[in-house]
Amino acid sequence: MAAVTTGSGAGSGAAGSPEATGGSTGGGGWRRPHGPLQRYYGPSTAEAAEAPPDPTDINGPHFDPEVFMNKVRSECPLGQLLAREAALGREIRALDSDMQTLLYENYNKFISATDTIRKMKVDFRHMEAEMDDLAANMAAISASSARVSAALQDRHRRGAQLAGVQALLRKLQALVEVPGRLRRWAGTEPARALRCHARARAVLRHYRHLPSFRAIEDESHAIMADLAQRLRTRLREETLDPKELIECVEMLLQLEEPAEELSEEFLSQAGARLEAELAALEAELPAADPSGTATTPPPPASDILDFVDRGSSAFVGTLCQLAGSYRALFGGDTGRLEPFAAALATRYFALLERRLALERGLGDTSLLVRALDRFHRRLRALLELLPAGADAAAALVARAARERVDRYLRALQTFFLGCLGDVRQALAAPRPPGKEGPGLPELLAQLAASVLGQLKAVLAYVQLFTARDIAFASLPYFKGEFCVTAVREGLVVAFVRWLCRTARGFVDGPAERGAPAAPPALLLLLARLCLDYENSTISYILTLTDEQFPPQDSGPAVTPGPALCAEARAAAQRLLDHYVQVQGAAVAQMLRKSVETRDWLGTVEPRNVRAVMKRVVEDITAIDVQVGQLFEEGVRRAQSSDSSRRAFSVYSSSRAPGRYAPSYTPSAPMDTHLLSNIQKLFSERIDIFSPVEFNKVSVLTGIIKISLKTLLECVRLRTLGRFGLQQVQVDGHYLQLYLWRFASDERVVQGLLDEVAASAAHRCLDPVPMEHSVVELICERG
Amino acid sequence: MDLCILLPPIPYICYTLLLSCEARALTPQTAETDAIRFLVGTQSLRYDNQIHIIDFDDENNIINKNVLLHQVGEIWHISTSPADKGILATCYNKTSDTKVMTCAAVWRMPKELESGSHESPDDSSSNTQTLELLCHLDNTAHGNMACVMWEPMGDGKKIISLADNNILLWDLQESSTKAVLSSSTALEGKGQLKFTSGRWSPHHNCTQIATANDTTVRGWDTRSMRQIYCIENAHGQLVRDLDFNPNKQYYLASCGDDCKVKFWDTRNVTEPVKTLEEHSHWVWNVRYNHSHDQLILTGSSDSRVILSNMVSISSEPFGHMVDDDELSDQEDQHQEDKIKEPLQDSVIATYEEHEDSVYAVEWSSADPWLFASLSYDGRLVINRVPRALKYHILL
Repeated sequence: MAAVTTGSGAGSGAAGSPEATGGSTGGGGWRRPHGPLQRYYGPSTAEAAEAPPDPTDINGPHFDPEVFMNKVRSECPLGQLLAREAALGREIRALDSDMQTLLYENYNKFISATDTIRKMKVDFRHMEAEMDDLAANMAAISASSARVSAALQDRHRRGAQLAGVQALLRKLQALVEVPGRLRRWAGTEPARALRCHARARAVLRHYRHLPSFRAIEDESHAIMADLAQRLRTRLREETLDPKELIECVEMLLQLEEPAEELSEEFLSQAGARLEAELAALEAELPAADPSGTATTPPPPASDILDFVDRGSSAFVGTLCQLAGSYRALFGGDTGRLEPFAAALATRYFALLERRLALERGLGDTSLLVRALDRFHRRLRALLELLPAGADAAAALVARAARERVDRYLRALQTFFLGCLGDVRQALAAPRPPGKEGPGLPELLAQLAASVLGQLKAVLAYVQLFTARDIAFASLPYFKGEFCVTAVREGLVVAFVRWLCRTARGFVDGPAERGAPAAPPALLLLLARLCLDYENSTISYILTLTDEQFPPQDSGPAVTPGPALCAEARAAAQRLLDHYVQVQGAAVAQMLRKSVETRDWLGTVEPRNVRAVMKRVVEDITAIDVQVGQLFEEGVRRAQSSDSSRRAFSVYSSSRAPGRYAPSYTPSAPMDTHLLSNIQKLFSERIDIFSPVEFNKVSVLTGIIKISLKTLLECVRLRTLGRFGLQQVQVDGHYLQLYLWRFASDERVVQGLLDEVAASAAHRCLDPVPMEHSVVELICERG
Repeated sequence: MDLCILLPPIPYICYTLLLSCEARALTPQTAETDAIRFLVGTQSLRYDNQIHIIDFDDENNIINKNVLLHQVGEIWHISTSPADKGILATCYNKTSDTKVMTCAAVWRMPKELESGSHESPDDSSSNTQTLELLCHLDNTAHGNMACVMWEPMGDGKKIISLADNNILLWDLQESSTKAVLSSSTALEGKGQLKFTSGRWSPHHNCTQIATANDTTVRGWDTRSMRQIYCIENAHGQLVRDLDFNPNKQYYLASCGDDCKVKFWDTRNVTEPVKTLEEHSHWVWNVRYNHSHDQLILTGSSDSRVILSNMVSISSEPFGHMVDDDELSDQEDQHQEDKIKEPLQDSVIATYEEHEDSVYAVEWSSADPWLFASLSYDGRLVINRVPRALKYHILL
């Protein structure tokens, strides 16, 4: 609107022509009256370029009437032409009237504008005079204002000066008040006093050349010195708790007391404090007895966990706190702290060690483990300060663990001995006739099971030391050496070795020199136990141990299972041999006495087998049963078909005739004698007391050999009459009848009995043997 | 009647001699110090018993044998006088139909046999001679004689015999033709008190003897006839034999039915000094070598004879104890000693020539490196200490 007004205002002269052209050209498009104007002011070449000039567009700029006319004439029918012509005529008339209206309006506007300009010219003339008045007034005002400000300037300066003085005076006031405040606070709130002093100090130092300030400074110094003194006194107090101590030292440091001295003071104070803690701990321990005369110290009042708990929370906590604050206070210089802490820690370890030593019994291992764990955990904090203590602590824990393992070994040993005692008792217990006590297999199973069970229980206890949630279990010692050296070697292997040794001890130890010997059944039982250990138990135990305590590859060498097995086997062999010897000796003793005490010359014709022979057979049968309970049958040498029923006779023996011959064929004694000797060259030499195999037959053979050899030697020492010989004959046949079945090779029995018969015949004054049928008859009857 | 079998020589020389009868009595001719001579007594119930005098010619390796008839009975024990080569004592069984009695007598052998015979062996059999009875040791009141011991190093006038539970000390008078019981003592108490064997100690001026009964070893003072020590339960079973160390006065060896040989210090009898357990049956005999007391000979009814070297408890210096001066003089010896050093207590050899129980072993009185053993079947084996060991001990 404004543009139109301005445009019409500015270019009033040229307005006629555009209006005229607009009027002429825009006759057809009056519905858009601004369109031609727009085209005029901002000719849109783009628009023009867009559409190809259409000379037939009656409203377009390129309208060509000729072309239009030609086009209309050639294209349109007559009706249409006529309609067109009429429409064009209407349009031209409308355009004409529009143009006239516009012209009129513009003219009016022009006239009113001319009037207005004329009015303005008159008004400006008045305004010019008023403006001059205003300028004069303004100059007067500025002059008087300058006068006023010049008059006030001096006062203003004095006011500012006075404000400065007041601020200074307030500061001075504060300074003057410093000593008082210090004094007030020094007693109750030394920290505030210190802050106050710190603020005032710089100023005081700056103005110290002024006497009054110096007085203040001196006074405050005196107060602070006093405070320092007081703090120092306080520092020396016994009852200072660590927090107060640290505060105290901190303040002293702020007071610029010498750090060196303070650190010393601090340490000694802290030392005293820690000493007190240690003393409290020590008080729980029974007095150390260097002479070792104390029999058994009373059981400690509190359990080990409690002790360690208190020790860690009190001592270790305090030590950590103090050490930490020392570092904070005195910087990184720990040259003094380390030996101090090390000494104290060493003492603490010593105390703990003493306390651990009190754990005599087996008590509760989990408690001990937990105690040690707690100790180790709590100590970790300290160890950061004191790396050297780590080894000592680890060693302490390791020692305690080792000690406990050792104790378990002893307990196991005691347990085993107890079990053995039970077994002995069960064996020795008088049995009501007709009622069998517990059989050997049951006793053995019971013994083995309880020992194994105990061992497993112990392993389970010991395993607590290596449990995953125990902090120290991750130490290299507990991962490697503990498993191998302490548990596998120190506990399991040592126990098995000890067991073998103990078992052997029954053979080598008290059997001689009159001490009560182990009952044979026990020997047998132990032999079987050792054999079982060799066969299965050792490998089982070792596997179990290796599973629970996996050995490290690079760990120390371990005793291999086979070596242990060999030991167990040797022990078993020794025990079984000894069993054979003991049982053999018992039977042999019976035979010896029976031969020695009998009058073989004056004896009557035998009618019975002697009772002692029956007894021998009974005993050997009993032994057979006993051994059979624990050992396998064993292999018997194949029997020749005739042997089981072979008659026992001085004649039947191939050797006997040689020995016997002199009485019948005195002409050729030498040949037969030689014959017998040559025969011996080819027969196997029988070792009487020889190692036996682990089976019943071998054991029984050993016992029978011992018995019969004794019989042989004893008979050789006697001189027999005819009936004496016959009695030997009967006895021998009886033994032959009943003993062959026990021996692995009945030829051994046969051979020995043959020799007995031969020797008896030789020792006989009147060697007339009994009819074989009679011998058989007597034996069958007996 | 005689038969010699010479077995082919093996590294140590061994001669086996078969007697015709069972035998268990063997002794060296104690008074003889030049010739190697052993006396063997036979045991036969049905024939005349004999004493075989075995001469061993060391140089030619020949055995000479002379036979003396001992008609009174089978010989259980034999011992020779340390002073007179011709005098010996035997314990023998006198048997009647209902009774057996062991007696003892002192005999003199024919003069020409005293120092060995040089007759050819083949006619010795025909030439059997008889012993001359000097005197009986009257034991009617004391029981069966177990053994007769001569006073070692004595003049052959004193003998001790063990009869059941009695110790009898006899004086031989009138050139041994009369035996006078000078003193006696009896072991009282309960249990088996019969003496099985005894030894006369060569130490302490020959005033001590040791006896064995059942499992106990006892020491006696011959002057007071009192017991001076007692080793209870010396062996688990019967003690069979004893011997004194010829060089160490308190050392005593014992053996028994528990197959063991034990060495005792009689000053401390609670524990044996050493125990050997090599035999597999009763050990019947133990003998110290007369000169080198580390050499121990044992015979057992497992038919074995074992020679052991007990250096650690012998009088020989144990280990390296040669003077430094000597060493510097002789470097060679030094070298040898070094080799010698590792020698420990050990079994030197086990002799298995016997086929029957060995009831007696004895060192020769003349040659310290030679010993004889006798088994029940009448086989006498003479062996030497292995040469290597001999040189080792000597050098």
